[in-house]
Amino acid sequence: MSDTAIAERAGIGASVTGRNGGGFGGNGNGSGGNSGASHTPQRAYVTGMVIALSGIAMFFMALISAAVVRRGSPSGDWRPLIVSGWLARILWLNTLVLLGSSATMLHARSRARAGDETGFRQWWIVTSALGVCFLAGQLLAWRQLVAAGLYLATNPSSSFFYLITAAHGVHLAGGIIALLVVAFRPARRMARGTPVEIASMYWHAMDAIWMFLFFFLISGGRS
Amino acid sequence: MSSSPQPVHAPPRAPIGFFRRYIFSTDHKVIGLQYYFLSLVAVTVGVVLSLLMRFHLVWPRAHMPFVSGGVMRPEQYLALMTMHGTIMVFFVLTTAPLGAFGNYFLPIQIGAPDMAFPRLNMMSFWLTLVAFGCMLSAFVVRGGAPISGWTAYPPLSGLGSITGPGEGMGQTMWIVSIGIFCFASLLASINFISTTIEMRAPGMHLMRMPLTVWAWFVTAVMSLLAFGALLAALIMLVLDRSAGTSFFIPYGLVVNGELQVGRSGGWPLLWEHLFWFFGHPEVYIAILPGMGITSHIISNFSRKPVFGYRAMAGTLCAIGFLGFLLWGHHMFVSGMNPYSSLAFSALTLSIGVPSAVKTFNWLGTMWGGKIHFDTPMLFSIGFISFFVTGGLSGIFLAQPALDNMLHATYYVVAHFHLVMAVAAIFGIFSATYYWFPKMFGKMMNDTLGKLHFWLTFVGAYCIFMPMHFVGLYGGIRRYSDFTGADYLVALRPLHMFMTIAAFATAAAQLIFFYNFFKSLASGAKAPENPWRGTTLEWATASPPPIDNFAGHFPHVFRGPYEYSVPGAREDFSPQHLPPSEVAGTAEGAPNV
Repeated sequence: MSDTAIAERAGIGASVTGRNGGGFGGNGNGSGGNSGASHTPQRAYVTGMVIALSGIAMFFMALISAAVVRRGSPSGDWRPLIVSGWLARILWLNTLVLLGSSATMLHARSRARAGDETGFRQWWIVTSALGVCFLAGQLLAWRQLVAAGLYLATNPSSSFFYLITAAHGVHLAGGIIALLVVAFRPARRMARGTPVEIASMYWHAMDAIWMFLFFFLISGGRS
Repeated sequence: MSSSPQPVHAPPRAPIGFFRRYIFSTDHKVIGLQYYFLSLVAVTVGVVLSLLMRFHLVWPRAHMPFVSGGVMRPEQYLALMTMHGTIMVFFVLTTAPLGAFGNYFLPIQIGAPDMAFPRLNMMSFWLTLVAFGCMLSAFVVRGGAPISGWTAYPPLSGLGSITGPGEGMGQTMWIVSIGIFCFASLLASINFISTTIEMRAPGMHLMRMPLTVWAWFVTAVMSLLAFGALLAALIMLVLDRSAGTSFFIPYGLVVNGELQVGRSGGWPLLWEHLFWFFGHPEVYIAILPGMGITSHIISNFSRKPVFGYRAMAGTLCAIGFLGFLLWGHHMFVSGMNPYSSLAFSALTLSIGVPSAVKTFNWLGTMWGGKIHFDTPMLFSIGFISFFVTGGLSGIFLAQPALDNMLHATYYVVAHFHLVMAVAAIFGIFSATYYWFPKMFGKMMNDTLGKLHFWLTFVGAYCIFMPMHFVGLYGGIRRYSDFTGADYLVALRPLHMFMTIAAFATAAAQLIFFYNFFKSLASGAKAPENPWRGTTLEWATASPPPIDNFAGHFPHVFRGPYEYSVPGAREDFSPQHLPPSEVAGTAEGAPNV
């Protein structure tokens, strides 16, 4: 390991890269009064986010596999939940909104690279707002199901629909909070550093997971 | 630290004030000790529960302490069984080897000043403590503790209090507790993995990591992938219990003469798949750290390099990987498709290969070594003994045809207690005797330690060996009372023997507690490196300062187990000493 790396571990680099924080609830920097400087290299937060996302992916895989197994259960009680009409329109629109939020996030980061802090903040907040729109849209989708008489316990297909969308919604809500934490950091270092990077990793991952869940949910009606 | 004579930065000061320093600390060493003492409390509770059960099995009509109404009813027995299993598996076998020793020693052994995310680490511990509180509270809520076993199979666990006392509020507390535990374990595993990947000292390549670090790393990866599945299953179980869904609850179920309406045809097997997809890796989560500790200690006390270091690291990974593919061997009698039983059986048998590689490598490490039979070494040899005896009966149970006969009997109880519980506990004891000087700066009494070892070793075999015969004879597990059937009554002398052995072995643990706390208060002062070990935890003070190396950052020059290197100045070549200081040892010498 090079001397710079050692210096970074010793916390000397911390003053250059800016204090980290966010995502994982901090770096022990002064927490508990334990130490004067952070020992954690910045890339550890990126690694940590990759690992956290693989754990989250396993959670959703468990839900999806449970749905697949349950659909084939010998009792034959699975009535496919047909995604059509307004429900389909809302879900497609939601999906586009979420995809759009990933695009605005990419744009925000490119503004930051161009040195445009204000542009970064604006597009970053647009991203969060699109996230809120998505959640509101998911609620609308639920209202459509309720209007059609499909409740949580009506059929395993509706149970899984609510369960999967709710689980994803909770994860996305966490993402919105993370985005807002970044947006309200002091302006000078808002656009830089690890918090922005791990927040966007998480956001894009939630977007990707939603694509997967969405196609799984709408295919449930056709098989 | 010879490699960096000047501190890289001023050594940080320990926080002032009791609460900052010992309670709400982000120091991985304090958190490790918090986990350790939590599991000491948990293991005490778990042992008391098992003693009550053993007592009841032999004297079913006797009046007993801690039992409401005096004489134990069958459902109370089941509640004890559930809580014994849950507390032992989650709060002892998962918490002590990984949470306690992993937290304390992983950062030190890789030369890091702390875990990658110290505050996250503190959160993991506090969530685990809350989970333990929730679990204990199941004893005192209305209906008492749940009766559905540590596996919580629905429909028993999924319908609420109609299925039995404890299935109402008690089961709810169980689910809440395990849910919190899942979350805490996920956070902890993120921390362990990131720390191992990103916080290693210069020169600490993957192939220079102590096998303990390898073991904790693989264990953390397993808990990352396994606990998410359990969390998903728990959410579905909660919905079945409270929202009337039918994930697991079948159609037309009649419980206590009452038809369960509104369920469309759920599938209890789905729960079993989800649970055991978590549950089998969980078994390895409990045992893998013990394997790492055993490799570490056997090398140290045989004064020889670990035989086949790469094979040892590789088999840890192989066991971790295979551990995810054989959950179905818990379900041979569940009504699952027999063809899948065949596949799970073959995969289960294949795990015998890496297990055997490990066992022979341990023996190969000892072979021809100058073995020092100190207490940690005895417990490590005990670990191998129990791992082999318990593992052998696993080969029988892995055959569906035999498992059909043995599954519901004490044979299975004997198997998993030996291979998972007793072996893992011996790993914990071994680690405790080995690292006590480092953790507390005091030596433990070796004579008392040896006495504790022999009594526990013989005692554990006296409890669990006869249990195999009870199982082969058809002794059914989970039954609280054997007086109803003649062939079961005939087994009473064996049960009596096991119960006496259980009480004697439990009493022997008082020696450990006495030794532990006596040494803590007035043990001889421990030197920096009492066992003449090579790894980084022996390169710092006992106990280590707040940032582990007092402002230095160690450099690593060689593999972790360079004992008795020909031409070296001493019979151990510490990882942090540059080649010039161990004279005659070139970088990358024999064993790596």
